[in-house]
Amino acid sequence: MGDHHHGPAKGLSRWLFATNHKDIGTMYLWFSFAMFLVGGAFAMIIRAELFQPGMQLIRPEFFNQMTTMHGLIMVFGAIMPAFVGLANWMIPMMIGAPDMALPRMNNWSFWILPPAFLLLLATMFMEGGGPAFGWTFYAPLSTTYAPPSVTFFIFGVHILGLSSIMGSINIVATVMNLRAPGMTYMKMPLFVWTWFITAYLLIAVMPVLAGAVTMMLMDIHFGTSFFSAAGGGDPVLFQHVFWFFGHPEVYIIILPAFGVVSQIIPAFARKPLFGYDSMVYATASIAFLSFIVWAHHMYTVGMPIAGELFFMYATMLIAVPTGVKVFNWITTMWRGAMTFETPMLFCIGFVVLFTIGGFTGLMLSIAPSDFQYHDSYFVVAHFHYVMVAGAVFSMTAAVYYWLPKWCGKMYNETMGKTHFWISFIGFNVTFFPQHFVGLAGMPRRIPDYALQFADFNMMSSIGAFIYGASQLLFLYNVIATIVGGKPVSDEKVWEGAEGLEWTVPTPAPFHTFSTPPQVR
Amino acid sequence: MATQDTAAHEEYYVPEKSGMAISATIGLVTSIFGAANVLNDMTFGEPGAESSSWSILIAGLFWFIATLFVWFRSTIRENLAGMNSGQLKKSYVLGMFWFIFSEVMFFFAFFGALFYVRVLVGPWLAGEGDAGAMNHLLWSGFEFDWPMKQTPQEAVGGVAGQVIANNGEFVSPGTSMAFSEVSAWYKWLPLWNTIILLSSSVTVHIAHLGLLKGDRKQFNLWLGITVTLALIFLYIQYVEYYEAYAHFGLTLNSGIYGSTFFMLTGFHGFHVAMGMTMLLIQLIRSVRHGHFTSDDHFGFEASSWYWHFVDVVWVGLFLFVYIL
Repeated sequence: MGDHHHGPAKGLSRWLFATNHKDIGTMYLWFSFAMFLVGGAFAMIIRAELFQPGMQLIRPEFFNQMTTMHGLIMVFGAIMPAFVGLANWMIPMMIGAPDMALPRMNNWSFWILPPAFLLLLATMFMEGGGPAFGWTFYAPLSTTYAPPSVTFFIFGVHILGLSSIMGSINIVATVMNLRAPGMTYMKMPLFVWTWFITAYLLIAVMPVLAGAVTMMLMDIHFGTSFFSAAGGGDPVLFQHVFWFFGHPEVYIIILPAFGVVSQIIPAFARKPLFGYDSMVYATASIAFLSFIVWAHHMYTVGMPIAGELFFMYATMLIAVPTGVKVFNWITTMWRGAMTFETPMLFCIGFVVLFTIGGFTGLMLSIAPSDFQYHDSYFVVAHFHYVMVAGAVFSMTAAVYYWLPKWCGKMYNETMGKTHFWISFIGFNVTFFPQHFVGLAGMPRRIPDYALQFADFNMMSSIGAFIYGASQLLFLYNVIATIVGGKPVSDEKVWEGAEGLEWTVPTPAPFHTFSTPPQVR
Repeated sequence: MATQDTAAHEEYYVPEKSGMAISATIGLVTSIFGAANVLNDMTFGEPGAESSSWSILIAGLFWFIATLFVWFRSTIRENLAGMNSGQLKKSYVLGMFWFIFSEVMFFFAFFGALFYVRVLVGPWLAGEGDAGAMNHLLWSGFEFDWPMKQTPQEAVGGVAGQVIANNGEFVSPGTSMAFSEVSAWYKWLPLWNTIILLSSSVTVHIAHLGLLKGDRKQFNLWLGITVTLALIFLYIQYVEYYEAYAHFGLTLNSGIYGSTFFMLTGFHGFHVAMGMTMLLIQLIRSVRHGHFTSDDHFGFEASSWYWHFVDVVWVGLFLFVYIL
């Protein structure tokens, strides 16, 4: 068997010409972390400007570019590629596959990302500045009133979409075709299940986003009138097309996070996941519902009352499968033999804070209430509770959980726990006060604010600096582990961990499962 | 266990390394960069200014297409060399299937825009219901029908009479593409295109049947007919576009009717051209290299799936863009 299985190539060609799912996964993870730092730096600039009322550091035009780029980079550059990287590393190892189904396409999906973001970041240095229309790029801000750099933004989004679609097709083909004998669908680890469903969401909605930006492109350069009432179109059409993509997109971000948490909590509670089947069905239900709730982002745009009601009830329905999930995580921990290593801390933090984000989401789903909350800092607080405490916390947990398996070395537990507590406190100091200023009427995306919001904003900014700094500790811990961490050699790094990835040697060899294992 | 047969577990071919992805990235990003500059020169640049945008675009496209050629050639060679296990072939099948699904969703966005505009936006702009309450302030006198005879802008006397910011001049066409004269039905090009495209789906199927029973002559002949039909379709569409611009005054600037018409039929036409190229390549492979056997011909089958997809989209277009 072994003679034609070479190790990794030497030098740069290992990465440029990679076909190995682990190498490609690693590139995705490092790239997403780099983007996380860039997007984070933009967030720091935003919070520095908002430290006090009045304009002090930057001009409003630049502030708008910062909020826009922060959102775009975090969503498309940090969180999504991070989970794709995790999928690359873990899915083949979890289902007993030799690699991803289409290894060369896998490499291509990664390598078009860095130039796309380079293009996107370069727009900030172009005449007229970069995109300043918010990460949701509503027309006509993004068409009639957009800077010329919008063309580069549009093509950048096309490339990101291409990357996501190819990545998802790869995941679907891998899961459907490369499961080891005996690995039936209902035996797949939950992380694989959530990604399988996420991949379908991506294949379904990324082309719609491509359609939306293509309509923008045509309106800007070729005189069509999709988003222009003067020609019989409608700017609100943009919002419908965008959110038809955008709402499934938020589940694209959070479903793999659910999967990670569903892997880690059982390991440290030393109990099998409670309600595996219901977790699978809940994931599928959330995915289905995500297609019929998009206009809850647009309650105040002037929809017919029947539309408001439909989208309101459909949105509230999502609370049911999500509730099932939270219930299952808690019941998994119930009477478990729990220990609180760093991954578990981040997962518990996830469950608590994501649930808060879920509840504020429920508040926002109520159309008449949303008329007050809309476009206020309450919304900002809500989606940072699900994006940061949801997606980013679970991603961090995943890195701590699988890092020993990846590099065969153990991270520094004390530093990990310190990272968690600083993150947890920093995060809440940042975003909890934003609920209050939002309810009191502070609008989002504005560089200045009324004096009564000053104290809470100063708190927010201090919290943000703390949270931001804690990520550098994370970076340091990861690098220190890779360079000089304490070696581990147990196949099962964690006592309670279950799954095929814990049956291969530690660190995971370059090629795993060249012959598929037999799953009982 | 029951879900997978043992034959599916031969060695799964994972190429050691590949420079194709990097090369394709260089081509794609160069062409994208060129294309964005071409468009920005056109819209925001000074007229007549020197620019290398076109050269960048063409160089990038050339590089990209050359890479794809090499990439596909090497996968074909791998298959001919027997490196592809049954399981790997299934990965290609799944990949193609879900790629076509993503294409369906791309058209869905444009069909969705069409329905939304026709069912909701048009009546609102003309003052219907609560959402139309602003009609007398913004677009007084605008009446909605489909195909749109008059843009809201024209209803208020052009750009000068427009209350909201100007974002272009939208002049409605003299004639639409809808079916008009029963007596001259045979002059109506979309009907001919429908007949051509539907028959081409049949001819590609006949070609497939020929391949399945090992009749290469039948395969080559009917695949050739299919490619010819595709060419005729594209020619007729070219004539139709020419008529639209030269005689009907129907352009991209003709308001939302023109926008949806050209974007839907244009993207469809682009996909026809893609599908035709794919089928043509399969034809060349069969005629010149004798590729494909009755049990191993996914290159052809994938192209034929794509062709049927293009056909189905056209049926939707014919119904919702031309007839209804």
